[in-house]
Amino acid sequence: MLYREAGQFKTNYAEDMAIFPIRQDRIALAILLGIAFIGVPLLASFRIWPFRTDYLLWAILLPFLILALAAVGTNILVGYCGQISLGSGAFMAIGAYSAYKLATGVHIPLAWLGFAIAIPPLPVLASILLGGLMAACAGILFGIPSLRIKGLYLAVATLAAQFFFDWAFLRLPWFTNYAPSGSVNAPELDFFGMIVRTPVERYLLCLLFVTVMAVLAKNLVRGNLGRQWMAIRDMDIAAELIGIRPLYAKLTAFAVSSFIIGVAGALWAFVYLGSWEPLAFSIDRSLELLFMVIIGGLGSIMGSFIGAAFILIMPIMLNVIPAELGLPLSTQTITHLQFIIFGSLICYLLIKEPHGFARLISIGKEKLRLWPFPY
Amino acid sequence: MASIARNVLMLAAALAGAALSAPAAAQNEQFIPILSYRTGPYAVNGAPYANGVVDYYNLINERDGGINGIKILIEECETGYATDKGVECYERLKSKGPTGAAFINPLSTGITFALTEKTATDKIPIITMGYGRADSKNGAVFAYNFPLLGTYWSAADIAIQYVAKELGGFDKLKGRKISLLYHDSPYGKEPIPMLQVLAQKYGFDFTPIPVTHPGVEQKSQWLAIRQNRPDYVLVWGWGVMNSTAINEAAAVAYPRDKMIGVWWSGAEPDVTPAGDQAAGYKSLMLQHGAGKFLVHADIEKYLYAKGKGSTEPGKIGEILYNRGMTNAMLGVEAIRKAQEKFGKKPLTGEQVRWGLENLILTADRIKELGFEGMLKPVSISCSDHEGARYGRVQQWDGKGWKVISDWYTADESLIEPLVADVSAKYAAEKKIQPRDCAKET
Repeated sequence: MLYREAGQFKTNYAEDMAIFPIRQDRIALAILLGIAFIGVPLLASFRIWPFRTDYLLWAILLPFLILALAAVGTNILVGYCGQISLGSGAFMAIGAYSAYKLATGVHIPLAWLGFAIAIPPLPVLASILLGGLMAACAGILFGIPSLRIKGLYLAVATLAAQFFFDWAFLRLPWFTNYAPSGSVNAPELDFFGMIVRTPVERYLLCLLFVTVMAVLAKNLVRGNLGRQWMAIRDMDIAAELIGIRPLYAKLTAFAVSSFIIGVAGALWAFVYLGSWEPLAFSIDRSLELLFMVIIGGLGSIMGSFIGAAFILIMPIMLNVIPAELGLPLSTQTITHLQFIIFGSLICYLLIKEPHGFARLISIGKEKLRLWPFPY
Repeated sequence: MASIARNVLMLAAALAGAALSAPAAAQNEQFIPILSYRTGPYAVNGAPYANGVVDYYNLINERDGGINGIKILIEECETGYATDKGVECYERLKSKGPTGAAFINPLSTGITFALTEKTATDKIPIITMGYGRADSKNGAVFAYNFPLLGTYWSAADIAIQYVAKELGGFDKLKGRKISLLYHDSPYGKEPIPMLQVLAQKYGFDFTPIPVTHPGVEQKSQWLAIRQNRPDYVLVWGWGVMNSTAINEAAAVAYPRDKMIGVWWSGAEPDVTPAGDQAAGYKSLMLQHGAGKFLVHADIEKYLYAKGKGSTEPGKIGEILYNRGMTNAMLGVEAIRKAQEKFGKKPLTGEQVRWGLENLILTADRIKELGFEGMLKPVSISCSDHEGARYGRVQQWDGKGWKVISDWYTADESLIEPLVADVSAKYAAEKKIQPRDCAKET
């Protein structure tokens, strides 16, 4: 009833091609964006429930936004182009460390040539975007094997990227500016004289990045490039026969995906962690992103957000709820319960709906459109 | 069916009631969060430590009715030794209780690094007893960090002093080979700059050998040690890495009595899994060792006799249990000190910070607290957030830890320049204006 398109006529091609052709979707999105951009900061500024403390903003919403962005990047590669990647954590790390190096000034001494390459410290925004660009370059480099190898074999090749960069950032002291402990500190977040410090400011900054990038990604997958990726994903030989160049399609997928993941990595390091070590971008992070994409829905931008929310927030909720209810359980038991329940939930979901949350939602949408007589 | 539904409803109602009534009860209580890990590869070491911490806070509540009548309210959060989980736990717990967290013990150097900036903004002291960042000894820059009783730079210096003593003098160190087998994380990397300084000063050959988290895979590292044959191997491990190192040393026939662990690599769970092969293994002591002292009698009387203890009675007095207790005690004494100035009421983190910075525990006070024999006098000040720099060496004889050395004091003249240098860099990076310690009261 609420979800009926009767009376919504499309009189030109632009309306027909809109991202959200149904009016109800547009309204829902506008409300969601309104809550995210205006409601949350307002509630948080006046410390109204549930934002009485910084917890929700700092420990839930901030990591959720950044990981959702990384999941969007992973989804472009895995969900849209069908190239399984276990190197997402490494691309996040490249984004983070490149941004760190660029923001603190790069100095490469070339002793044998008698001079040194020196780049003065760049502004934070430029560092974050260039960090993404560096990740894109690395993505292209490690995407080259995808032209020859497919499926699980490619996954193993991207695993090499993961281990190589883990090693590099851990062992080569140049990347960490020779920090004695290997742990580095993000520079001050100075955006054109505006310094981002409080959780609300950090949240808005990430929200801005995520919104812009998600819109760009959504448009990209709807366009020529996205169709090429999906053609390659569905059947690469057929795609080649109809004139799609696998080299171009696959490498652009790697580049775009790594760029987004790299930016997410830089945000993760600069805005969320503030001080980090390579372990923040370990293989666990790669797997986590892959799970987010699979649970959320392969080939769906919205699915990336839902997947990120599920993988990130569910364990925390399972952990917090017993304590909030005052159940007399030890932290040990709660943690074990959390693993058991979360694991079974994933199994159950994947059995019931192998295509993830995105598919569940589109089924729901179909049913709502036909309501009260769904079939 | 209906009765099940009714039972469920009643349970839900009871739970909801508990949830609603719980926060109302806490008004005159001091909240202390506990970040612990009782699961994962570091649980063998994390659990006894957490038990010591919990038991000591409960003892204060049961025996004394709190700190000057202010009950201690605790909540544990499982970090699994993971930095991101630790940050989440900190955010979850930092503003609980009537005045927020009194202080925080992250029990992980990685989490300490991640929280250092946040705690300074939130004005919550971060106590890192025997771990954390060594440069945070400089309280002028790190106002909220307290690496009490010893940093890794102190530990490195004490270890080399002991090696020199065993060899017969500092001049005998020249040309010797000393390797550091370390957990590849900020924890394991902390001592490296200090050891490099020492290597340069005394002319020994220093090789750092990293072990990847969690440390169960050390074959190649020990192969390298077998080829290189260092005179000593310092072990900076945690959790399963320690016992694995001892087993691997036995496998390549490296003498265990040439291995010296840091104080986090010298507890019962580190040596017992290795069985007889561990005999001879040495480690530093963060002052105290295993064993029961006066305070343990109280713990047995007020907690375990009433079934309120958090572990098996046989585990009271283990090394990490004792360390957890010592850590909790220092925090409680800091709150007590702060109450002298701010009044007997729940205090904020900022007030407790003052208490920590002005905390002086004399030998008499330590005796009063029942910690005589575990701890030497501690004196914390603005310029010295470490408070004491003592250590001894103990050896595992196959059944128990035996203290085999006198007390060592870390050499200030070597550590201080490094602290000043590294903390000044941090201050410049973070645009912190160092406090003038002469003006602090």
